[in-house]
Amino acid sequence: MTKEATLEPELSHPMEELLRMDRIPHIWCPTCGLGTVVTAFASAIQKLEIGLDDIAVVSGIGCTGRVAGYVKIDSFHTTHGRAIPFATGLHLANPKLKTVVISGDGDLISIGGNHFIHAARRNIDLTVICVNNFIYAMTGGQVAPTTPLTANASTMPYGNFEQPFSIPYLADSCGAVYVARWSALHVRRLVTAIAEAIAKPGFSVVEVISPCSTLYSRRNRLGTGLDLMRFYHDNCEIKHGADTRELEIKFQEKITVGKFIDRDRPTFVQSMNNWYGKVFGDEYEPYEGAVE
Amino acid sequence: MMENLGLGIMMEVPTVIINVQRGGPSTGLPTLPAQADIMQARWGSHGDYELIAVAPSSPQESFDYMIMAFNLSEKYRVPTLVMMDECVGHMTEKIVIPEPEEIEITPRKLYDGPKDEYLPYRPDEDMVPWMVRAGDGYRFHTTGLTHDERGYPAMNAECQHELVTRLMDKIRTKADEIAVLEEDEVDGADVVVISYGISSRVAIPAVERARAEGVKVGSLRMVTVWPFPENRMRELAKEVGALVVVELNMGQMYYEVERVAAGNAKTILVPHAGGWVHDSEDIYQAIKGGAR
Repeated sequence: MTKEATLEPELSHPMEELLRMDRIPHIWCPTCGLGTVVTAFASAIQKLEIGLDDIAVVSGIGCTGRVAGYVKIDSFHTTHGRAIPFATGLHLANPKLKTVVISGDGDLISIGGNHFIHAARRNIDLTVICVNNFIYAMTGGQVAPTTPLTANASTMPYGNFEQPFSIPYLADSCGAVYVARWSALHVRRLVTAIAEAIAKPGFSVVEVISPCSTLYSRRNRLGTGLDLMRFYHDNCEIKHGADTRELEIKFQEKITVGKFIDRDRPTFVQSMNNWYGKVFGDEYEPYEGAVE
Repeated sequence: MMENLGLGIMMEVPTVIINVQRGGPSTGLPTLPAQADIMQARWGSHGDYELIAVAPSSPQESFDYMIMAFNLSEKYRVPTLVMMDECVGHMTEKIVIPEPEEIEITPRKLYDGPKDEYLPYRPDEDMVPWMVRAGDGYRFHTTGLTHDERGYPAMNAECQHELVTRLMDKIRTKADEIAVLEEDEVDGADVVVISYGISSRVAIPAVERARAEGVKVGSLRMVTVWPFPENRMRELAKEVGALVVVELNMGQMYYEVERVAAGNAKTILVPHAGGWVHDSEDIYQAIKGGAR
């Protein structure tokens, strides 16, 4: 029987080329924002027309840490908080490879916080997509460095009293060259932001506010994932170029989203080549990677 | 460090780590010697594993064995530790650096076969899988999770058994091949002094003094400290009266020696808490005490 003769439509996922279909279904909960983030990332690759052999993904540990396992490109699932150092090594060995870190707020900003600030300071040519669900989700809803004040977490049963980090403010003050924040609802803007961040030489950061209905929402009685999406719809305020000092996320208050920073600064490799070129003159051969 | 040592073992990443040991625990004795990290090197990361460690005792050996460490880590795809100590780390001696073409380099096994047939963790006959590089077009995945031959997570006891057994056997079954031991006057010896790193140099005057007095004393110096050379040590314990272990700790490698000696030879520890090297007199007395 030929294909034309069947009445069944041929079913295939439009992103099949970019996904490890042999690993689907994924482990994420219904209404989690991570599926949207993966789709946005895949769409950004398609938009940029990057060859699938020319880009790699590095993840840490946690719900978002699992992203590396589902994208059909060179992908590395590393240890908790250490996605950025792993990615730094990968990038320095082969700077021609676009290296993207996709990991969560707990992974990147808490245990990995030191790597985050120094990679930004050194302007390592990486793109960091930080999926922020305000909580450690995979391990049971513990307080994270991004949990808003007064929000409930399993280790803050009476509400959080620790001042959280504002990821765009942190990234900006440490020298990131591109900083944006969107929510899982802003799919097309998110695709644009990820594409811009990947295309931008230097340390670029895209924060994605993402619903966690299983832990964050349940503990805080915020309803289903759909309710959270509705909340983003009603409360996200787009303000490009906003002062990053004013981007604090307060519990169930408005969330400022947009592209905040887009500036030029020599990357780590450019700075090294420029400096050694000055010091050693023609004797210095600019570094372009260790892989022929 | 230890968590990522485990990642290197699990992902089978050729890595060389240098540990210049100081006295501990904690900040202990900065810039003063010890050899008390020998068991940490072997067991510091969680889980069951085998790795390779070498212990140079001079600047020349630090150069030579560093190359050996890289070659071993590439050949077996396993993190290899260079266990120096403060004495060796700060030592100044003449060294001879050979011409680059005289240096033997064992590169990793790079796969260049058909892309659709590549399985990143399919073991070869030597139990070591073939490597590819990110960007070479194989679009592979690797993880610190227990994984199957595709590199995909496989959360079950069967896969864990198969993987951990292979990771250990690829080193364990090659222990005799990996072992580099320097033996001196061991044949017909009554007592054999076992040491590694700086302690092997410190032991020399005591051995010579005992020999001058007619004691049949040999020495075995472990250049590779892990994997433990079980077969040779077991054999030796059957041939001699006593094994004297000299190490700058309160007894670590000693217990390995005692285990394989299994009562066939007397085992004597010459301990030292670190901060300085052994007093030759202590080693001499131990040799005398072991002599029949």
